[in-house]
Amino acid sequence: MGEPVLLTYLHEPDQGELGAYSARGGYEGLRRALSMSPEAVTDEVDKSGLRGRGGAGFATGRKWKFIPKDPAVTKYVVVNADEGEPGTFKDRTLLEGDPHRLIEGIVIASYAVGAHLAFIYLRREFYHAREMLERALAQAAAAGMVGRNAAGSGFDLSIVLATGAGAYIAGEETALLESLEGRRAMPRLKPPYYPAVKGLYTQPTVVNNVETLCHVAWILAKGYEWYRQQGPPILISVSGHVARPGVYEVPLGTTIRQVIDRAGGMRGGRQFKACFPGGSSSAILPAAYLDTPMDYDALAKLDVYGSMLGSGALIAMDDTTCMVEVVARTVEFYRDESCGKCTPCREGTMWLGQALHRMLGGQGRVEDLPLLDGIARGMTGTCFCPLGESVPPAIYSTLRFFRHEYEHHAKTGTCDVRVMA
Amino acid sequence: MSERGLSENAKSEIRRLMAQFPQRQSALLGALFVAQNEVGFLTPDALADIAVVMGLPASEVTSVASFYHLLFFRPVGRHVVQVCTNLSCMLNGCGRILDHLRRQLGVEVGETTSDGAFTLKTAECLAACESAPAMLVGTERFGPLTPGMVDEVLSRYRRATRSMT
Repeated sequence: MGEPVLLTYLHEPDQGELGAYSARGGYEGLRRALSMSPEAVTDEVDKSGLRGRGGAGFATGRKWKFIPKDPAVTKYVVVNADEGEPGTFKDRTLLEGDPHRLIEGIVIASYAVGAHLAFIYLRREFYHAREMLERALAQAAAAGMVGRNAAGSGFDLSIVLATGAGAYIAGEETALLESLEGRRAMPRLKPPYYPAVKGLYTQPTVVNNVETLCHVAWILAKGYEWYRQQGPPILISVSGHVARPGVYEVPLGTTIRQVIDRAGGMRGGRQFKACFPGGSSSAILPAAYLDTPMDYDALAKLDVYGSMLGSGALIAMDDTTCMVEVVARTVEFYRDESCGKCTPCREGTMWLGQALHRMLGGQGRVEDLPLLDGIARGMTGTCFCPLGESVPPAIYSTLRFFRHEYEHHAKTGTCDVRVMA
Repeated sequence: MSERGLSENAKSEIRRLMAQFPQRQSALLGALFVAQNEVGFLTPDALADIAVVMGLPASEVTSVASFYHLLFFRPVGRHVVQVCTNLSCMLNGCGRILDHLRRQLGVEVGETTSDGAFTLKTAECLAACESAPAMLVGTERFGPLTPGMVDEVLSRYRRATRSMT
């Protein structure tokens, strides 16, 4: 395991203070970036291999290169700090523990794409993170790191902090932009509304995740070669039935088993049963996949539909877990958070929820298994945005790997898994 | 100021928010929280005042507000208790915590205690899975919760409420 990068100073109680942050090498990445050309900054990020840490995993440098160079065109940088994917809490941890790192990353990204106004769209429930961020923003502005002539470079940047109001769908980038424009957080049609083309206020916009921009600050501070030698690092949010849930920094490609071991293994000496490797939008993997590297390609290439690294949220479940209950809870979440814009998502999550609820209530039928599969198929590739598409993976993977649990529920009206603690 | 509308202070705060954005409607979510924090919930008068201050159709203001979970159209208690019931908290026994809160507060999910101190709600993943089961009381996060810890938190908030009145 490499030395930690993103988490290096997170346990220092004063890391949110500008003085302490600077004394530990903070804002060196920003100074270095502002001494380079914007193209060179983008190239550095490109060469680092950094991929977006919000869930989609798009190459960050490439995303920046989509932004038109014309200085007459107004561009924006928007930070997606609306962390809501179930099982994911690394962005909140970064915001609370190292807020200046994000600010540094925002300035670097804005300089690289030629934006003079950046927005942070922060999840409303992140009250402590907001306090830390507001304080850090005020300190950074007072010290001249943001604002007019940032760090004496001649580059101007204002950062505005906005909050959401409770909507998971606002984490989808085009829905986020709608919300930031003061509307219902409903996704936009792509094309034409690719953020890099027609984003915020229909201007070219870069939307980057919190962790992504923290990586950017480190890459510019230490250089892409050093960064790659560190793994490259990623943050994994480990939760569920592990002994020590928390945010762990590991080299990209660390196996699921190794990450669970880092988190103290399964709690109470119990057996691992299954996990979501990349938040509740990913497929559910049984023990046979424990040695899969937590890497974008390795997880995506598995023979399991919807297997992905996603937001890096590893939710581990032990042998006391009823998979039908887990899937029912997952489906209810997407049902309640569906914006209702498209039929497959709105109706599919509702019908799946009813069938699963009936099964858990002891009224299931054997015909419900093909019914669940059929509804999921009706949603696959047909939903307007990734929210609805996030539902079938959990259905398919559990019907495949834990079919007997559904059958037992359907035939006997009871659960054959040990009752949860 | 109408009976359950906004004060001049609130209106100027909304104008300050509008000035932060290239387009004024971007300040709408912020404006709705200004109103909710002042009045307690989004009254028709408060919504109408926002529409006037921001130069937006009243229907648009209400439509946007109704989309989001944390904007309330009915009165809530002084402290909103939000218990996370998503996967990691479910796997760590949030059902037991929610049952305990129901009993201790004597209300069902969505209801407010008769003294107006607490409203009990469930929440989707609070991004606090390392301390599952978790809850928010007002703006404060707690977890991993035990029934005993829930009791301590509730009595602390009850004491704080009494000393305020």
